[in-house]
Amino acid sequence: MIYVYQLIASFFASAGFGILFNAPRRALISCGVNGALGWLVFYLFREGGTDPVLASYAGAILLTAMALFNSRRMKMPVIIFITCGIIPLVPGGTAYEAMRHVVMDQYMEAQGFAFEAALVSGAIALGIISTEMADSVIQSIKKKFNEKEA
Amino acid sequence: MSGELEIIEAPDKVYSDDFVRDVFYIAINSGKILLENGAETYRIEDTMARIASSYGIENAQVFVTPTVIIFSMNDYALTQTVRIEERANNLEKVAGINNLSRRISEGLPLKRAINQLETIHEARMFPFWLVILSGGVIGVMFLYLFEGVFVDLPAAFIGGAGGVLILEGILRYTKLKFFIEFFAALFIGIVGIVYVEYGPGQMLDTIVIASVMPLVPGVLITNAIREMLRGHLLAGIVKGAEAALTAIAIGAGVGLVFMLS
Repeated sequence: MIYVYQLIASFFASAGFGILFNAPRRALISCGVNGALGWLVFYLFREGGTDPVLASYAGAILLTAMALFNSRRMKMPVIIFITCGIIPLVPGGTAYEAMRHVVMDQYMEAQGFAFEAALVSGAIALGIISTEMADSVIQSIKKKFNEKEA
Repeated sequence: MSGELEIIEAPDKVYSDDFVRDVFYIAINSGKILLENGAETYRIEDTMARIASSYGIENAQVFVTPTVIIFSMNDYALTQTVRIEERANNLEKVAGINNLSRRISEGLPLKRAINQLETIHEARMFPFWLVILSGGVIGVMFLYLFEGVFVDLPAAFIGGAGGVLILEGILRYTKLKFFIEFFAALFIGIVGIVYVEYGPGQMLDTIVIASVMPLVPGVLITNAIREMLRGHLLAGIVKGAEAALTAIAIGAGVGLVFMLS
């Protein structure tokens, strides 16, 4: 049951950001689903004891694959689905924590949060790019096959 | 001279001046709209070069940074620089340009492409109340994801909605970017403290983190790193600096409230 609640919460968080970023109306639901699935993978990995960096990487891979699928299906740029979908994963809260500790003169705690934010966002970026690369390899292999058949 | 110098050949077909200028107009304005509304650097460069080559103009060079676009059609000795003052996220317009560029590569005539480009400025926006409401909903949802307690729900909603209201409201009158985020965070800090000190609130930190979520530059940090991994180092550094300043502004706004209380 808790997974369902997690899915619902991350769905509305991502779709809400879709509204803030003025995403096209017919993409909103896919944006929410993307965010929810990415978050679910992240959540499952973290429940299993993986550290947040690796869990974010896994979440980003799944949500980028979904985003690529949606962007082909709806003929819209993939950035719409990625931007809204990474919302639950993105370390905005951690970055804020880092800066809050800096402002309050607690530099040691700030360092930890800052490094975590950098690593997590690096992992997400890497997850997105590695899926995009795998996709472009698959697409070019498909193209070659089609040329051979023709 | 060793023979390695690349010789740029003259174009096969020479187009009329008006035609070239129209293509130039479409390409550079598409790039401008994409950059102003949050598209990635490589996609902007790709789209502009693709629009030019769809109309048969090869050898177009594009250079995009987060603040400027330089676009040249080298065969026709045409170059323009466009300065970008404001950047926001408006995915509807990005989708509009994407759609235009796809139709152009399928052979959309020039005049109709210009007409379509000029309608993109009137992209539909979500109503203002819905934007504010979704700020509140985001706050509440993140309160749950960050394992907050149910009692704190009203504070997260008011903080999230109020933060977005301040952000969007002031943005209509002035463009002082980081100060706006500072004031929005200040408001959220005050809401959190008042709710915990004088109300039923329990977890101040969770309330504040959940309600600043609509403001924090999480997407910006991730995009900065993505730009760098793709080799757009300049764009990555600029976006990273913007993200850091935004985070400092929010941290300062909330930190000020915490220090005073």
